[in-house]
Amino acid sequence: MFRSHILVCGGTGCTSGNSMKIYEALVARIRKEGLENEVHVTKTGCFGLCALGPIMIVYPEGAFYSQVKVEDVDEIIDEHIIKGRIVTRLLYKETVGENGDIKALSDTNFYKKQHRVALRNCGVINPEKIEEYIAYDGYQALGKVLTEMTPQDVIDVISKSGLRGRGGAGFPTGRKWQFAKNSPGKKKYVCCNADEGDPGAFMDRSILEGDPHAVIEAMAIAAYAIGSDQGYIYVRAEYPIAVQRLTIAIKQAREYGLLGKNIFGTGFNFDLDIRLGAGAFVCGEETALMTSIEGHRGEPRPRPPFPAVKGLFGKPTILNNVETYANVAQIILKGADWFASMGTEKSRGTKVFALGGKIHNTGLVEIPMGTTMREIIYDIGGGCPNGKKFKAAQTGGPSGGCIPAHLIDTPIDYDNLLAIGSMMGSGGLIVMDEDNCMVDIAKFFLEFTVDESCGKCTACRIGTKRLYEMLCKVTDGTATMEDLDKMEELCYYIKENSLCGLGQTAPNPVLSTLHYFRDEYEAHVRDKRCPAGVCKKLLRYQIVADKCKGCTLCARNCPVGAITGSVKEPHVIDPEKCIKCGVCMEKCRFGAVIKA
Amino acid sequence: MKSLEELKALRDKMKSQTDNRAVAGTDETVIKVGMATCGIAAGARPVLTALLDEAEKRQLHNVSISQTGCIGLCRLEPIVEVFRDGQKYTYVLMTPEKARRMIVEHVVNGNPCQEYLIGEN
Repeated sequence: MFRSHILVCGGTGCTSGNSMKIYEALVARIRKEGLENEVHVTKTGCFGLCALGPIMIVYPEGAFYSQVKVEDVDEIIDEHIIKGRIVTRLLYKETVGENGDIKALSDTNFYKKQHRVALRNCGVINPEKIEEYIAYDGYQALGKVLTEMTPQDVIDVISKSGLRGRGGAGFPTGRKWQFAKNSPGKKKYVCCNADEGDPGAFMDRSILEGDPHAVIEAMAIAAYAIGSDQGYIYVRAEYPIAVQRLTIAIKQAREYGLLGKNIFGTGFNFDLDIRLGAGAFVCGEETALMTSIEGHRGEPRPRPPFPAVKGLFGKPTILNNVETYANVAQIILKGADWFASMGTEKSRGTKVFALGGKIHNTGLVEIPMGTTMREIIYDIGGGCPNGKKFKAAQTGGPSGGCIPAHLIDTPIDYDNLLAIGSMMGSGGLIVMDEDNCMVDIAKFFLEFTVDESCGKCTACRIGTKRLYEMLCKVTDGTATMEDLDKMEELCYYIKENSLCGLGQTAPNPVLSTLHYFRDEYEAHVRDKRCPAGVCKKLLRYQIVADKCKGCTLCARNCPVGAITGSVKEPHVIDPEKCIKCGVCMEKCRFGAVIKA
Repeated sequence: MKSLEELKALRDKMKSQTDNRAVAGTDETVIKVGMATCGIAAGARPVLTALLDEAEKRQLHNVSISQTGCIGLCRLEPIVEVFRDGQKYTYVLMTPEKARRMIVEHVVNGNPCQEYLIGEN
């Protein structure tokens, strides 16, 4: 038993903030003081509050230190660990009560409304030690399934829980497993989709980094349910920490006999391998993913036949997302009713979102389905920084759409999001404020899909490119009102004629912004004006003569020499030479440079 | 690992490694050892390690053992405070042997060791 635990976040966010150096410094200091039998230093997965990283927490006091630097380590050891005095200046402000006492982390605004199921072990256990996962009831669900339940029992529990695919489309997981179980054939496969590719999404990465065994255990349970003995985790090579921890986790599970032959002496065999993706967005589509595992170029194929009938290597296969799997063991242990008691009627349980964009608390949050966007953005996320006005939230990445400010009270679940023209997606949630141009946002996502289209079908390959060109015309101010109608028509054409999910959903960002922010499009087309002041071609920088003191600062900083004027006289910007870099506006101390 | 029993045994063994990795709940016995300069000089560290060792040996999961600063009565250090059922017990002039006995009699069996308590000294 240890008297104190120091948990250092080892997620990608905090690692890039040097948390591993902090970890090493802590370990070295603890050893130097001879405290290694009293104080345990561990690296864990993501705590969620990435905006304040690097993060560490010291138990049993529950002191939550944020934005820690390597130089702070000595103070933390000297004061907190040796003398028992908490280093108040490093505490996360929200955890300090009015009279200086420490509030529990679960009482802070960021964590109060969260409910951690898929992320339950992230920030709690060391993901590189299987024993810690086991201490928190790890592999008990697999044991229960193998010794007490039939495969059909397992599927019934999952079906009854109402768990739906967390990758975005929301297909009922139990039904998927049932199809695969019913498909005839001796060889079947269990796959995990960890090819998280939406810009701004990092839920799956964090789960793999923080709790890889939860995914491994769930895949073994799924294999038992459908009658499979081999699984594959398809994870992108751009996630080095996730890949490394998964590799360690699989190795440890094999050493303990939790993967391999005759697990728990029940005669059940299951093993797992990792397949690295090269970062193509289309490989997140299930048929393309399986084609890629087979060693071919990752291109989708028509469905049916569905993977449950004819999937990987032509055999019945189930493919679930990382987050879906992360729920499974908990459902087995705590029961279907427990899971179904969370969320809304048709969307049970919780959902993890990666909060990003113009928001205070960038990070990872898990909330019960049915929580409103307002609660996520204002209560948990802390609203937009610098007092800017919230304009819209984007969910579902390049396949999703925007939720405008007036729909902020919509309870989030699969069906509500579809109804308002967006989608759950894998869980990226990008917040935009008044400084974001919605046409520019649509253009950003379309540029992404143009890049990522695999080129197999014409509607997607050429359609998205033409659509992108039309958007460029809008942001350049050369489009006509007819172009807007044409754009909409092309959107529906692409949706209807594309082979796979990538093309079918690619126009969504355009359609939803056209629907909710048509006035912004029209301002670009009719008035040749970008209301948010983002689109450069429509932008003109001007100097207000009355405010200009003639200090020459702008002229000296202009990289292209577009500003002229003599000392103490108002300066002028030559629009022909101006490249709209905005340096003059930044440098001016009198607010004399404006966007017109 | 050959059976579910082995897994359960490993889980119980590992539980003691992760005890104290949470803020103590209301139903837990909280034990605090005064470990300011005075406490350490009087020998608080062997007392603390004895407490941790005994708790692990007996697989006690419902206790939180940690250190605290100067309790004020430096003359009677090492001091160990035990918070249980809303009551506070202050043990003074502790030694590793006394600490082990306190775990057995007070924490496990629920009978405070009267002779070590502050009022008795």
